[in-house]
Amino acid sequence: MMPAPDFASLTVGDVVAERSFPLTRDSLVRYAGASGDFNPIHYRDDVAAEVGLPGVLAHGMLTMGLAVQPVVDWAGDPGRIADYQVRFTRPVVVDPQRGATITVAAKVGQLDEAATVARIDLTVKLGDDTVLGKAQVRVHLG
Amino acid sequence: MNPELQGRTFPPTEPYLVGREKVREFARAVFATNPINLDPEAARAAGYADVVAPPTFAVVVQEQTLAQLLADPESGIDFSRVVHGDQRFTSTRPIVAGDLLTATLTVASVKSLGGHSMVTAESAITDAEGAHVVTAVSTLVVRGDE
Repeated sequence: MMPAPDFASLTVGDVVAERSFPLTRDSLVRYAGASGDFNPIHYRDDVAAEVGLPGVLAHGMLTMGLAVQPVVDWAGDPGRIADYQVRFTRPVVVDPQRGATITVAAKVGQLDEAATVARIDLTVKLGDDTVLGKAQVRVHLG
Repeated sequence: MNPELQGRTFPPTEPYLVGREKVREFARAVFATNPINLDPEAARAAGYADVVAPPTFAVVVQEQTLAQLLADPESGIDFSRVVHGDQRFTSTRPIVAGDLLTATLTVASVKSLGGHSMVTAESAITDAEGAHVVTAVSTLVVRGDE
């Protein structure tokens, strides 16, 4: 089993992981199939335009799903993720040619020593815009 | 949006059998690279019976409960006006391939804000033994008439 990061060595404010995710329309189709969310605003330009969107959007749950992955890799085991929450603050438009690149930075937000739980706060951006608010992961490191 | 929905609990969903290939497919779709999500040998070496689902996989099971809510004529929710506001997963243990999961939805709150309504839907997901696995909470914003 992958050893957990050493809880005692963590300090609030430490950046524990960073990763960027280049999304394409293919990523959206793949997520639609894997999740069963076939809302056409995630793959059809005509439908997106019809409902007044600026373009085809990534599924919010895809953004949420990928944003936690750097934390999973840092924690060493997906089973250590005890709680994960986000607020969807801004849509991610995925251009048919250029796609869209989401960047994630994961920082220690709070340390609960009694429970050996680290709260990791995520900054999730598309260019300069934050796309997830209050994105927090509670990781069990005991 | 019907305010009397608050506090209502829906019937449990049909059991959902978590397949190994579904977990791997979902893991690849969310850019998971951890071998415990993808490789049964690595998962067993880490002490699990089979591959472990990514933290957001529960949405696949939760989705069945949200479909119950939206399909209920008493809810008065117009699906085309629904925007996903917040999402949270609180786990007792991770979902592992082979789990047989059942989800039960409770409407935790219904609020009006300006012309919009906000509904918080809590789906408690349990395994074949009835033990809690994860609770998925969604806040849906239903936009009012503009």
